[in-house]
Amino acid sequence: MKVLVPVKRVLDYNVKPRVKADGTGVDLANVKMSMNPFDEIAVEEAIRLKAQGATEIVVVSIGEQKSQETLRTALAMGADRAILVVSDTRVEPLGVAKILAKIVEEEQPDLVILGKQAIDDDNNQTGQMLAGLLGWGQGTFASKVEIADGSVNVTREVDGGSETDTLKLPAIITTDLRLNEPRYASLPNIMKAKSKPMANKTPADFGVDVTPRITTLKVVEPSKRSAGIKVADVDELVMKLAAMGISK
Amino acid sequence: MKTLVWVEHDGSAVKDATLSAVTAASKLGEVHLLVVGQGLDAVAAAAAKIAGVGKVHVADDAAFAHALAENVAPLIVELMGTHDAFVAPSTTHGKNIAPRVAALLDVMQISDILSVESEDTFTRPIYAGNAIATVQSSDTKKVITVRGTAFDKAATEGGSGEIEAVASTGDKGLSTFAGSEIAANTRPELTSAKIIVSGGRALGSGEKFHELIDPLADKLGAGVGASRAAVDAGYAPNDYQVGQTGKIVAPEVYVAVGISGAIQHLAGMKDSKVIIAINKDEDAPIFQVADIGLVGDLFKILPELTGKL
Ligand SMILES: Cc1cc2nc3c(=O)[nH]c(=O)nc-3n(C[C@H](O)[C@H](O)[C@H](O)COP(=O)(O)OP(=O)(O)OC[C@H]3O[C@@H](n4cnc5c(N)ncnc54)[C@H](O)[C@@H]3O)c2cc1C
Ligand SMILES: Nc1ncnc2c1ncn2[C@@H]1O[C@H](COP(=O)(O)O)[C@@H](O)[C@H]1O
Repeated sequence: MKVLVPVKRVLDYNVKPRVKADGTGVDLANVKMSMNPFDEIAVEEAIRLKAQGATEIVVVSIGEQKSQETLRTALAMGADRAILVVSDTRVEPLGVAKILAKIVEEEQPDLVILGKQAIDDDNNQTGQMLAGLLGWGQGTFASKVEIADGSVNVTREVDGGSETDTLKLPAIITTDLRLNEPRYASLPNIMKAKSKPMANKTPADFGVDVTPRITTLKVVEPSKRSAGIKVADVDELVMKLAAMGISK
Repeated sequence: MKTLVWVEHDGSAVKDATLSAVTAASKLGEVHLLVVGQGLDAVAAAAAKIAGVGKVHVADDAAFAHALAENVAPLIVELMGTHDAFVAPSTTHGKNIAPRVAALLDVMQISDILSVESEDTFTRPIYAGNAIATVQSSDTKKVITVRGTAFDKAATEGGSGEIEAVASTGDKGLSTFAGSEIAANTRPELTSAKIIVSGGRALGSGEKFHELIDPLADKLGAGVGASRAAVDAGYAPNDYQVGQTGKIVAPEVYVAVGISGAIQHLAGMKDSKVIIAINKDEDAPIFQVADIGLVGDLFKILPELTGKL
């Protein structure tokens, strides 16, 4: 079984995003960038499937040249091979899904595991779009993945609890946080990753038009909350609550 | 614009998230509804009464019983032949289905909108709500998901929608529903609760979580939430999680107990009207957004507070 894992380079989740003064976006100059946390979980899940007989893990990233660092991280975790699709302009989920669909045609994976959402634009779309374009089943927000004969059982985090669906293979999975705990790459594996193969492509190589359909007109900071008061003890809190009509 | 709104329901009643989506859709023009599932008479009747709706399309078929995206998306795509926009609430069903529809229509979806500025321009949160983007779509058809807390709920009475049956597009044979575990919850749903009490990692165990958080929530008639750390540690079910990747809530009062206030948690609750924080660390980031803070040990404070309410 072959597994394809798309990974995105995003602002590190520990960094507080700052809106640029000119209102054009969030400042990404000189800040720490990392693999999207949900994609680390996707890579980890693929590696675990290797222990159950998966043969090859191919990772893909679409974005600026520096996305190769993100791919190297995935290779150091245990992926076998990488494909970098360089685009200096922003590629939207629809464009990403179209490029991925072409890569799927070439690579013929049995499973594509994506993150459920990229924590920069919080779109939560790419996996579902890819599934639609390919006509495959989709197991979104996965908290458990079990490969069966010709199918995969995916337990999904849904409003109210969890749901399990059985999907015919090949299929798409998107990861939720509780699927697994991603490993850290060891130093020897980071060294080894440097010699793993990485193909360089562009969207044009796949014949995909990635012209954005959505224009960002402006980006602003949300209205700020200011810190309120501190109460000394429970009695004072109870009084405050009573004043708000939350009664004794 | 003629919009088609996905009706989120539990088999008998229309869920609140739908009502917010209807309000958002009404800003685009004429509102039609789509009710999908199996055994839909009650839901369809309830949907038809929502204020301001025109047609209520009803697709009743076993293939739709569990709202599997693989089966539902082709039906929506067909109906989009005669609609200009598809609008779904940002529920797990909405988020699962809408992008598949968008891809099949060759449209870039606009996720989780906070406002409708015009027919093609919307605001939406990015970076876990640390920035708000105004975006303009050039697609002729629109596919949109709606953040429930950002729109008032449409009235559930007063409408007289016309119910129309839609032929099933059938089972695509890609996926089957194998079961679900939905927690029986007698408390108010988080996304519509007026008061929420949330517990964090500091609770230390599932037993303590229930022993301390539940009675306070009972006293206040509140819904119960949790931080991701509390959910990951197994103190509370995943459905309780509030935050960037959990539920987005905006109650009148949000009580955060033993929650540090990481940006991912704040992303889910900072639009609450009044935030109350109980934390033993006076420098905890949660106090930067709290209207009322109480510094101290929750294991002492909660029993006392519950007792005095
Ligand atoms: C991609 C991603 C998505 C995420 N999504 C979410 C999300 O949706 N929701 C979410 O909540 N988190 C999310 N997180 C996790 C988030 O970053 C934090 O790790 C998490 O919110 C911390 O939970 P906590 O506040 O309960 O725990 P901690 O940060 O450990 O805080 C515990 C707090 O309890 C206080 N405390 C300890 N003992 C006591 C006591 N006896 N009495 C009173 N106070 C006490 C401490 O002072 C501390 O402030 C996400 C993380 C990532 C990477
Ligand atoms: N530019 C990209 N390169 C590679 N993978 C991507 C890219 N954008 C999105 N993805 C994948 O799609 C998932 C969901 O992203 P999104 O739909 O943008 O929230 C991510 O977690 C990645 O797995």
